[in-house]
Amino acid sequence: MESLVPSIVSVAFHGAALGMVLYVISVGLSVTLGLMGFANLAHGVFAMAGGYILTTAISRFGVPFPLALALAFVGVAVGSVFLERLLYSRLYTASDLEQVLFTIGLIFIAVAVARFIYGTLQQPVVLPRYLTGQFSLLGRDFPTYRVFIIVFSAAIVALLWFGVERTRWGAMVRAAVDNRAMAQSIGINTKRLFTLTFALGSGLAGLGGALGAEIIAIQPTYPFENLVYFLVVVSVGGLGSLRGPFVAALIIGVADTACKYWLPQFGAFPIYLATIGVLLWRPMGLFGRRV
Amino acid sequence: MRHSGGYSADPRIRWPEWLPWLVALAGFFLLPDYLSLGARILIYVLYALSLDLILGYAGIITLGHSAYFGLGAYVAGILAAKAGVSDPLVQLAAAAAAGALLGIITGAIILRTKGLTLLMLTLAITSVLLEIANKADNLTGGADGLSGVVVAPVLGMFKFDIFGKTAFLYCLAVLFIGWWAVRRIIYSPFGASLTGTRENSLRMHAIGAPVYWRMVLVYTVSATIAGIAGGLNTQTNQFVGLNVLSFESAGELLVMLILGGVGRIYGAFVGPVFYLIAQDYLAKQFPEYWYLGIGTMLVLVVMFARGGILGIVDAVLARIAKRS
Repeated sequence: MESLVPSIVSVAFHGAALGMVLYVISVGLSVTLGLMGFANLAHGVFAMAGGYILTTAISRFGVPFPLALALAFVGVAVGSVFLERLLYSRLYTASDLEQVLFTIGLIFIAVAVARFIYGTLQQPVVLPRYLTGQFSLLGRDFPTYRVFIIVFSAAIVALLWFGVERTRWGAMVRAAVDNRAMAQSIGINTKRLFTLTFALGSGLAGLGGALGAEIIAIQPTYPFENLVYFLVVVSVGGLGSLRGPFVAALIIGVADTACKYWLPQFGAFPIYLATIGVLLWRPMGLFGRRV
Repeated sequence: MRHSGGYSADPRIRWPEWLPWLVALAGFFLLPDYLSLGARILIYVLYALSLDLILGYAGIITLGHSAYFGLGAYVAGILAAKAGVSDPLVQLAAAAAAGALLGIITGAIILRTKGLTLLMLTLAITSVLLEIANKADNLTGGADGLSGVVVAPVLGMFKFDIFGKTAFLYCLAVLFIGWWAVRRIIYSPFGASLTGTRENSLRMHAIGAPVYWRMVLVYTVSATIAGIAGGLNTQTNQFVGLNVLSFESAGELLVMLILGGVGRIYGAFVGPVFYLIAQDYLAKQFPEYWYLGIGTMLVLVVMFARGGILGIVDAVLARIAKRS
């Protein structure tokens, strides 16, 4: 039992870091789905873009790490506004199949573009000196960067929750999620709201991709390989909710780390089985509302 | 002239419907150097037909159809390479049975859900199979793939030759049977009830149709056909790789079907022909641009030409008919 405790702590810690990254990436997808009913399978593209922006900014232009993080957020958010206005907005009323095909098409394009610019190799992440090394807490050592991920993501999450629960913009978003037609009829400009929310969600995905570049490798096949993870977080957590995906992301982060640690011979197999189980038990996700 | 079937449509085979078979036979005699590509096209036509049945006709959106294709491929491969069963028809029957079994089990489970949940479940099932195939490497060869597939002569008479002549005709024969079966289904009352469910599931319930069981049935039929296509793929390549189960492969299949035209039998014929021939030419010369090309094509088709190639043909024909 003595040797079990440190490994449990370690799994919980690394799992929490992975879960936080997954949440920051996926929360935008949950909101897009809840708000616009848009199945954006290409959400991972935004995360990948964030990761590339961070690694390029640091290694080629010597931008300091905090600024590179901010660049990843802003760059992806601005880019997504163009995509949303030009392409996505034309498909809000299209069928599920068309949305799925369109976003798969975007993934193919993004994979090709990433491969063309960066090649197939994984992008190395150069961390600043103050984020490397170990951080000791209660007599144990933790990698400083993972501690930073957890703390920083928690701050982002708190800010996001405050924004949605306490601000006027958040009230408008919640109103539009509940009933879009009604929200529009009382004078909420839902079109602009969609664009802003989409940009925020995509920006967060970019930030998450950049933040987690060291955990989830940045390479051209990123949007394909991690799509299942993002979708699992959203569908298990429940669409349109903020809290559901948070719990789901933490569970999946910890479960995935635990599986890789104790049952490496099974790979991600238990996660998928558990997902199937949860979705059959509660098709709307753990915290989803019945429609 | 939309060959989209339906209960009220005339079920007789019209003359243009023989064209694909004439083209295939002409290709066999005129282009002997391209028979392996031809066999690949035939396999993907069968695979696309199976997807069209559930996606185009029944309206079940799936991202995980490669599960059944991959299972069929691995069952045929494992029988041939590990269990010493070399008769191709036995391998194919086993692939079909495996596809059907997985189809009915997973179909009965996942078809209770819809929308994103359904999409997610299809993806998760394929991921589970991919993980199994990857990790059970003493059976499947894991990431190295399964080689050493032995295929005996078809019916004890027709040996698989290195030029791919037997393989081509064998695939053509299987595809013909598959096409005939799918066509029968589409023109039957059962087929009409599938289209009805796609258009308005609530009304189908209201008129007393057992919607759920019909969906499970068509899903199982589709999985069976996909399993057969997977088995054919193993037999003609004499190799099984992990990619048969990947999300990319399911995505490519979707692209082929959409390109041809979804919800119509011959969309499943036209799409793979265009896609695979283009891939054969372009992917070798410009591998970097290939995925860019598919992605752009997919986006353009969704934006501007939702009926695919055959949809464009229809529109052009309609305009000509109007003018004359």
